Amino acid sequence: MTDAPETQTAAADASPDSGQDPVAGFIRKTLADNPVVVFMKGEPDQPRCGFSAVVVQILDHLGVEFVGVDVLQDERLRQGIKAFSDWPTIPQLYVKGELVGGSDIVREMFQSGELKPLLVEQGVLTA
Amino acid sequence: MGVVADGIKAKLDDAFAPERLEVEDDSARHAGHSGSREGGESHFNVTIVSSAFAGVTRVQRQRKVYSALAVELAGPVHALSLKALAPGEE
Repeated sequence: MTDAPETQTAAADASPDSGQDPVAGFIRKTLADNPVVVFMKGEPDQPRCGFSAVVVQILDHLGVEFVGVDVLQDERLRQGIKAFSDWPTIPQLYVKGELVGGSDIVREMFQSGELKPLLVEQGVLTA
Repeated sequence: MGVVADGIKAKLDDAFAPERLEVEDDSARHAGHSGSREGGESHFNVTIVSSAFAGVTRVQRQRKVYSALAVELAGPVHALSLKALAPGEE
């Protein structure tokens, strides 16, 4: 659950003849294939940024399964995810394809008790 | 307060006419991390209370602030920890 083996080169391998930006295509496919995704710096078991670590810790604490995508593996992905979501910072947590927020929002929602109900409601965590 | 922090304050004042605005340079705590710079002013904590955030989702609140600070975020500011509240939410 904590590794994302194909993700590191998938952006480069995405079909170039789809007529679309391959990085955006990779992001869309990742979000379509996985209900909970964190675009982050480093791997979930070894985050390379304190803000990414916060999101991983909270998701682990709640026991929700997620896919972590290390944006440091590909500069195009690192920039592409910011453009994709109109959100200039990393990490970014997505549930069912929707941006929930970055580390501030995830932490706020966890502390206020809103995050778990959201995940349960979205069917990605059992109550 | 350094020049980057002053710029952040001025832009947020202009954009949101906040009731309360705190800009704290948190760079020292991140010294040596990736993105930290000599002289600091790379990591900030911002708390802003403005009626512009009333009835606005968390994601949209942050987008508004990010948008007002697009130049700073593309340049010297590596990380911005943000609390954007509507009046009465404190």
